[in-house]
Amino acid sequence: MTRSLNTPAELYGRMRLIREFEETALRLVKSGDIVGGIHPYIGEEAVAVGVCAALADDDLITSTHRGHGHVLAKGADPARMLAELAGRTTGLNAGRGGSMHAADVGLGILGANAIVGAAAPIAAGAAWASQRARSGRVVVTFFGDGGLNQGVLLETMNLASLWKLPVIFVCENNGYATTMPISTGLAGSAVARAQGFGIPGETVDGMDAVDIRSAAAAAVERARAGAGPSFLECLTYRFGPHHTMEQRIRLSYRPAEEVERWRLRDPLVIQAARITPQEREEADARAAAILAAAREFALASPHPDPADALDYLYASGMRGRGGEG
Amino acid sequence: MSTLTYREAVARGMAQEMRRDDRVVFLGEDVAAAGGVFKATVGLLEEFGPARVRDTPISEQAILGAAMGAAMTGLRPIAEIMFSDFFAVCWDLVANEIAKSRYMSDGQVSFPLVIRSANGAGVRFGAQHSQSVENWAMAVPGLKVVAPSTPRDVVGLLAAAIRDPDPVLFFEQKSLYATKGEIEDGEIVEPLGVAKIVSGGDDATIVALAAMVPRAVAAANRLEAEHGIRCSVVDVRSLVPLDTATILSEVARTGRLFTVEENPRLCGWGAEIASIVAEEAYGSLRGPIVRITTPHVPLPAADALEDHMLPSVARIAETVRTSLEDA
Repeated sequence: MTRSLNTPAELYGRMRLIREFEETALRLVKSGDIVGGIHPYIGEEAVAVGVCAALADDDLITSTHRGHGHVLAKGADPARMLAELAGRTTGLNAGRGGSMHAADVGLGILGANAIVGAAAPIAAGAAWASQRARSGRVVVTFFGDGGLNQGVLLETMNLASLWKLPVIFVCENNGYATTMPISTGLAGSAVARAQGFGIPGETVDGMDAVDIRSAAAAAVERARAGAGPSFLECLTYRFGPHHTMEQRIRLSYRPAEEVERWRLRDPLVIQAARITPQEREEADARAAAILAAAREFALASPHPDPADALDYLYASGMRGRGGEG
Repeated sequence: MSTLTYREAVARGMAQEMRRDDRVVFLGEDVAAAGGVFKATVGLLEEFGPARVRDTPISEQAILGAAMGAAMTGLRPIAEIMFSDFFAVCWDLVANEIAKSRYMSDGQVSFPLVIRSANGAGVRFGAQHSQSVENWAMAVPGLKVVAPSTPRDVVGLLAAAIRDPDPVLFFEQKSLYATKGEIEDGEIVEPLGVAKIVSGGDDATIVALAAMVPRAVAAANRLEAEHGIRCSVVDVRSLVPLDTATILSEVARTGRLFTVEENPRLCGWGAEIASIVAEEAYGSLRGPIVRITTPHVPLPAADALEDHMLPSVARIAETVRTSLEDA
């Protein structure tokens, strides 16, 4: 799959691919082919695609529990990603990671991370290695508005600013930390927190991939120039649940009219207005075909063999005790 | 040959590896300009410069996360957590991130990093600066866990930990920092996962770790001098990987096992060794396996109380003697 994200049609196409991926994954959760459920990214596609459009192939990202969009935007193969969700050997992590831990290090995807905020210092460490090697590589760490309240993020912003690390903090503010509206969870403002550490921060429309790309490009330029970290708050919204389990247990915490109001600002619709109807139809058809093939690939792939379940814990080849029997 | 303290051995081991491999970097609180609050890293900043030896803010999560991210992308970091009790502040990075990420990624990445930490009692700092937590580390799949008892082992095992492709938690026992030992010149590397029989005897096997090793040896000497009881003492040195072969063969020979542990009693490392011996060498045992540990309480600050808590030479000797007589 092309990793090119330059033209308006390519931006739309990648967002369409992510949307199609998530809709396919939701059907596979329902059918029981994906166990454990997912945190759907639907509604937030512009953030991942806009930010990754500003990155070079060898730049790095860390992601979150809601990470499918980031991973696909950075170029992961949707078929192997879907296979990972379905727990198959052909998955990105051969089924050992699952929905919240997809990694493809060769593509600069250091890993999705299921602990809120915890990927931020890992990104800072990778940025430190990049700074030391003078490789020019920048590292993006995605996190949600919930992550703003994790101490580890604040520790990391401080360290990154002190050390002028080439790291970009991207806050996907979708308005809810699981079920808690941001008004009940965030004192002050996200950007002011970054500014408190001497990190320039900016709030952008998280539904507009082009706006996000411009803001991210400025942050990337600053990082590559050795001027240190930047912070982007992207105002977005998830159209679906926090997690698929939420529908089963009927959690209710958002007014229906709020969801409908945000749906009017669908990032795909906003981007579609910038391309021709023909480009849109082609992109839609391409995404549908890719996901149909991905689904077929994932479901035809073998389940992992328990005989090798202990492999890959230690690089030295040592195995965890107790797996003999 | 030269005489080195345990604390000087830390800097020697790190310098040995930093000279050999410029991917090795070092970060932590007060480690560079001040040379460490225990003066264990003196001289490293001067020799290797501020790009490789870095002071950090008091941010344990950021320290370990940065070490992890750097290890994934080409460096071989050594991170210091000043007191091992502080692992509780950053345990997510240890237990959920560093330990699990190689497995979760199906082996796409490795984490060649070392986390050094001052562990255990002896400086009367009270419960939040004195606990022995090596058993916390042993309970997490994906980590290697090392705790040297001599200055030479500090150099050799630290070197091996730095060269190892996996994350190693390296526990330096605070009460040993001032102890001295003879160390030969030149490069020293001791393989991880090899226990050491530090004194011989046929009547019982005492297995000990870190600061409990010299106490176990002193107890063995006393038992022989006063009661004619001859014990073998095994310095475990590394809890993960664990040299079960040496422990099992010593127990097979003597028929008795005593563990001496500074960690609190419940689920201390000796419980795992007791379980292994019970399963794999049951037929050789001539009496119960006995664990001599710190009781299951936080460590008090007062010297009279702290001293009472830790396994003493007298308690070790007395426990072994009465148990052998009762059997």
